[in-house]
Amino acid sequence: MSGPAGPEVRDERARRAGGAGVIPPARKGAPAPGAWLDAARRARLSVLPALAVILCLLGAWELYVDLGGVDPLVLPAPHAVLASLYDDRALLWSNFLVTAREIALGIVAAMAAGLAMAVVIHFSPTLRRALYPLLVASQAVPVPMLAPVLALWLGFGILPKVVVIALVSFFPVVVTTLAGFAAVDPELLRLMRTLDAGRLETFRRVELPAALPSVVTGTKIAIVVAVIGAVFAEWMSASSGLGYLFEQSIAQLLPARAFATTAVLCALSIGLFTLMTVAERRLLPWANQPKSEGDR
Amino acid sequence: MIEAPAQPPVRSPGTGVRVERVTKAFRTRGATVRALDGVSLRAEPGEIVTVVGPSGCGKTTLLELICGLSRPDGGTVECDPAALMPQRDLLLPWLSAVDNAALALRVRGLPRERARAHAAPWLERFGLGGFEQARPAQLSGGMRQRVSFLRSLLAGKPVLALDEPFAALDAITRAEMQGWLAHVLDSEPRTVVLVTHDVEEAVLLGDRVVVMSARPGRVVRTLEVDLPRPRRRTEPGVLALREAVLEALGVQG
Ligand SMILES: Nc1ncnc2c1ncn2[C@@H]1O[C@H](COP(=O)(O)OP(=O)(O)OP(=O)(O)O)[C@@H](O)[C@H]1O
Ligand SMILES: [Mg+2]
Repeated sequence: MSGPAGPEVRDERARRAGGAGVIPPARKGAPAPGAWLDAARRARLSVLPALAVILCLLGAWELYVDLGGVDPLVLPAPHAVLASLYDDRALLWSNFLVTAREIALGIVAAMAAGLAMAVVIHFSPTLRRALYPLLVASQAVPVPMLAPVLALWLGFGILPKVVVIALVSFFPVVVTTLAGFAAVDPELLRLMRTLDAGRLETFRRVELPAALPSVVTGTKIAIVVAVIGAVFAEWMSASSGLGYLFEQSIAQLLPARAFATTAVLCALSIGLFTLMTVAERRLLPWANQPKSEGDR
Repeated sequence: MIEAPAQPPVRSPGTGVRVERVTKAFRTRGATVRALDGVSLRAEPGEIVTVVGPSGCGKTTLLELICGLSRPDGGTVECDPAALMPQRDLLLPWLSAVDNAALALRVRGLPRERARAHAAPWLERFGLGGFEQARPAQLSGGMRQRVSFLRSLLAGKPVLALDEPFAALDAITRAEMQGWLAHVLDSEPRTVVLVTHDVEEAVLLGDRVVVMSARPGRVVRTLEVDLPRPRRRTEPGVLALREAVLEALGVQG
């Protein structure tokens, strides 16, 4: 019973012959410097098509406004928005800092509370029955209506904004984390039992690490809704922030500045999202890898 | 839901494995699948018993009973604490090879460095030297199986329940692994119940071969293998026993 050596065997032989040099040892998961460059080049190539589409759309918009005789008070041309981005940069920057701070605090609060809630629900079926329906119901509360109520109650400082942002970000974190816990291979849990692992050991060594990629996914969703939450919160009760600046720009008939504000807000959202993606790649390099063969 | 750690039915060291007339059925949405129907199996301490049978005859179910992961519907299971090597390797993708192998030690409360120091020589011995820090995705199928085997070995339990440990491997790697296993068990004697659907493997590795029928699983024959080790797959005794097992399975040789 001897067939030809499969590619797997040859592969393994080659690796063994190459010894430790093949897989970078020591610094765990640290790719070779060249790999980063490669990744950067690949990333640039992969955004090129999207960039082209954006440029086309901007071009069409510019032509439409310039040649179509559109009132710039109704729709500013892209060049006007760019000009505002430059002229109002100090204003945009100071308001950006305010909103970024609110969002960062809100998301951190949502992650802490969301993780804690998910763990509690995961451990206790009783609490799951008690809390989960409330959690889902909480999503039915419209943020635009919640914001003024919170402003009345918590005043006009940063706190009501952070609370609104945390409230809208909380749900995606809890739900994806719970899904991560639930997706753990039941056979793996049984294996842990044969290794004499108790409930806590199993949680700590298997369920929690296995759920981390889901936590990241939840946080990415949270970032998107957090930006929306921040805008609503600022409309209701703010004297600074990008949402506030947007509202003021509209009221003062400065549509180009309103668009510039929106662009900055988008950049903030995309920046946070990218940050999470990079963090995930560095801290959880094992996630999003093609499934290993032994896991068929 | 996670239950408490698996409790072998009877914890009396020196029992080996004693499975007596065990029945086990699974009920799923009305339909009942009889997986095991009066299966008996004995492995004295230090013995290697191999179990062969067609796919779906209840081999994995039998090992789960031995490991205390489930209870029989009827009959009795008595055995020393057993560690399972699952059919799929089930390595933790976020842990390095050495940390996967040392998982049982960590669970038992050993500090990380001591657990690693304990596991590292074993990786070396199993041809995984230089791959201590590699994650499962960076290992070949055969290497992952070895790490998975080490994880159950280092659990330090007197019984090893091995579920088709070499099934996913090509012929050459499998032969290599069989040699490794025989070698390790020489220096580190354990009671072993090894499930396989490879008849040759069963004869090469076992002190006794238990042949099971298709579902519902029954023991159709138990053959003693009184051949000196190491055995070669071409020697007459092995070939004769192979024929006997195939006949018991109802396969024309
Ligand atoms: N948890 C379960 N729920 C329902 N049915 C099950 C369960 N576990 C096993 N079975 C059934 O019991 C029978 C025996 O399963 P088992 O996994 O023990 O077979 P096996 O001999 O290990 O097969 P293979 O060689 O393919 O691994 C199968 O028909 C299977 O469908
Ligand atoms: Mg099986």
